[in-house]
Amino acid sequence: MSEMPQVLVAGNPNAGKTTLFNQLAGTRARTGNYPGVTVDRRTARVTLGQGEGAREVELIDVPGTYSLTASSPEEAIAVDAILGTITPEEASTKAVVVVADATSLARGLYLTLQVLECGFPTVLGLNMMDEARELGLAIDSAGLSEALGVPVVEMVARRREGMEALSDAILAVLDDDPPPPPALAWGPAVERAVERVAEAYADVPDPRRREAWARWALMSEIDGDDLELRPEVRAACRAARTESAEDLDVQLVAARYAEVDELVRRHVEGEGPRTARGDSLDRWLTHPVAGMLAFALVMLMVFEALFSWSEPLIGWVEEGIVFSQDFLRASMPAGLFTDLLVEGVVAGVGNVLVFVPQIALLFFLLGFLEDCGYLARVAFVIDRLMKGVGLHGKAFVPLLGGFACAVPAVMATRTLSDRKDRLVTMLALPLMSCSARLPVYVLVVATVFVHQGDVLGFLSVGAVALLAMYGLSLGATLGAAAILRRTVLKGPRPTLVLELPPYRWPLVRNLVASTWARVRTFLIDAGTVILALTIVLWALLTFPKDPAVTERFDAERAEVTASLAGEERTEALTAIDGAEASAQLERSAAGRLGKAIEPAIAPLGMDWRLGIGVIGAFAAREVFVSTLGIVFGVGDEVDEESETLREELRAAKWPDGRSLMTPLAGVALMVFFVFACQCMSTIAVVRRESGSWKWPILMVVYMTVLAYVAALAVFQVGSAMGWGV
Amino acid sequence: MTVLGDLDPGQRARVQHVRCEPRVRRRLLEMGLLPGTEIEVIRRAPMGDPIEVRLRGYSLSLRHAEAAGVEVSPRSESVRAGRPSTASPLPAE
Ligand SMILES: Nc1nc2c(ncn2[C@@H]2O[C@H](COP(=O)(O)OP(=O)(O)OP(=O)(O)O)[C@@H](O)[C@H]2O)c(=O)[nH]1
Repeated sequence: MSEMPQVLVAGNPNAGKTTLFNQLAGTRARTGNYPGVTVDRRTARVTLGQGEGAREVELIDVPGTYSLTASSPEEAIAVDAILGTITPEEASTKAVVVVADATSLARGLYLTLQVLECGFPTVLGLNMMDEARELGLAIDSAGLSEALGVPVVEMVARRREGMEALSDAILAVLDDDPPPPPALAWGPAVERAVERVAEAYADVPDPRRREAWARWALMSEIDGDDLELRPEVRAACRAARTESAEDLDVQLVAARYAEVDELVRRHVEGEGPRTARGDSLDRWLTHPVAGMLAFALVMLMVFEALFSWSEPLIGWVEEGIVFSQDFLRASMPAGLFTDLLVEGVVAGVGNVLVFVPQIALLFFLLGFLEDCGYLARVAFVIDRLMKGVGLHGKAFVPLLGGFACAVPAVMATRTLSDRKDRLVTMLALPLMSCSARLPVYVLVVATVFVHQGDVLGFLSVGAVALLAMYGLSLGATLGAAAILRRTVLKGPRPTLVLELPPYRWPLVRNLVASTWARVRTFLIDAGTVILALTIVLWALLTFPKDPAVTERFDAERAEVTASLAGEERTEALTAIDGAEASAQLERSAAGRLGKAIEPAIAPLGMDWRLGIGVIGAFAAREVFVSTLGIVFGVGDEVDEESETLREELRAAKWPDGRSLMTPLAGVALMVFFVFACQCMSTIAVVRRESGSWKWPILMVVYMTVLAYVAALAVFQVGSAMGWGV
Repeated sequence: MTVLGDLDPGQRARVQHVRCEPRVRRRLLEMGLLPGTEIEVIRRAPMGDPIEVRLRGYSLSLRHAEAAGVEVSPRSESVRAGRPSTASPLPAE
């Protein structure tokens, strides 16, 4: 045997493909990416059958689809997996399992026919037989098997029923000749066109596959598709279409559906669901009042989970990191290497791990909503609002997630199948005010709006400013989406053609598996980038160290130690530590950078000290607070509630004696944080989820420009008008 | 001429032509929205758009913009009776 045989698992969305895959693969599933696109490629090596005839095969999960037709590389995965790059030798070691939902067999059969046209050993798995029986559907699988020329296996993947029969059927067909091609009445127009396009596939040796490619190309080639089609194929498709007087699209599809309907008529008895199962539930869940209320409740829960439930978990991660840092500090000699380990590596690992609770929670909930069928209803209910800005209804959950944290939210855009939909959402949502911006807002508000009166008698000016920031970020997100959709991500009018699947109770096992796969890829792909960036940032904030400064403060320390004692001494020493850290930071690369950019940021009302804070905040926005703590000599253990830091900020002056943190400067600073892409982790995940550096770079540039211009406008106009100076 | 988008929830019809943007059209055809297929409008979304339709034993949601391109011939007979929509596949033109 040359190579391990490949068994592809294909099927309509929601037919139970993932469930089947997990049942067969158990814990051996590996998740990777299909090359060139960011679509999960799940594979597993499994042994099918028992005893003598047992064979090890590579099981490959093909993304769920209604047909092999494609208009983008993402959609072309299915056809490439099944029909792509086949040499005659390989062909003998490849089989396709089509998983069909027995309760809505027609669509499954449509895909099955397409797969059969390709000419590979095929097995049809009729899943959801439990539901089909409950509905009183009687499927004559023996007759169906005879008609199609392939084994047909009844199964209930959820309960592992039919798994052995399926394995046996796969083993039985693996070395067989492919089943006969389905006898479809294509009609002369289609046959002529196919013949013509097939000539452009002259290099495909098998005539049957040549024709399958030709039919695929005829249905897929279109103005502005993103497919990598050979020019001669494209030309042949166009010529065939212009020459034909008939509507080839309709004829191709109708020929298959004619056979599908015939198969259903002969081999399925029973009416099938007249109204959708769960229709009574849907009457409530899509009701103008009750439905919106339910929607709001579910979304509130998702939001709560990300915002509050994740908090103790994040707390544990942070405590664990601090504990390891203290432990390392205590057990290793003081010095540069220890610093690197503690403040670079361990802090970096911490920066990665803090995201895990939110990612895990979001994906578990998202998986739940998706598998139970409610996610499609989310899109259905809210699409009207979303389409106004060019977003897909399903983009709602990722956007909502953006209020908590852009990192899991960007990852959640995977629920969008269209690449452009996904990119628009991913590039706009970092403008949502995430929870890491809150400490910055709180610090600034508490610093600059202390003695102001109330608005309308009950809202403090600070609260109004805070609300305004959230409103601004929401508006900016939607505006950015609308603009991106009309400019860089322009394309055919986005659509929403979405199946509303029956409600089903999800399998916890599937949810855990998919959540873990997400967390794992995050740790491996984005995690390494975040770790590296943390170390770079630490180095920027640390080096070069000025020995003169160290000497000066060592001298001061010696003096204090000699002259003072007890409480007083400790206090004085702490003050010296703070001052030293501040002086060293000022001389570090980041400090110099802060000074170098001062001319550029002064028009926004920021001096070099705030500049360093902004640079430090690149690690994560809330780090702005602790970086300012160091800059102002208060130490890095401050948080946004620190009264000392607030006092220091209020007292800070420009060299000419003007106050630094005026209310106007505070607002400009917050506006800057609303827009700026101050988060390396977001950049790392966008890189990972978009598949190239192009998109994160575009995102950083547009957000930074926006932040700069907006803060500039606020500060300059405000200054000119004399507001809050 | 009636289009799918004009139908009220509960109304059934037979598809005659699908005339949308070519890419969407192919998608709709392949999901079984062929000339001759029986289709029923189930409901509108709370904000009026999209709509939910039922055909070939499953539910599909599409926006008005797409539904406006699907020409149908409405059936006057009472709703919620008769066979499900495994209809003859070719247009009865
Ligand atoms: N009643 C019943 N439910 C099932 C069966 N198999 C899967 N399900 C449920 O159907 C839903 C969809 O199953 P998935 O395995 O996620 O479907 P899928 O085909 O992988 O869907 P995509 O990931 O969208 O391609 C889940 O809630 C499963 O628990 C079955 O045999 N009977």
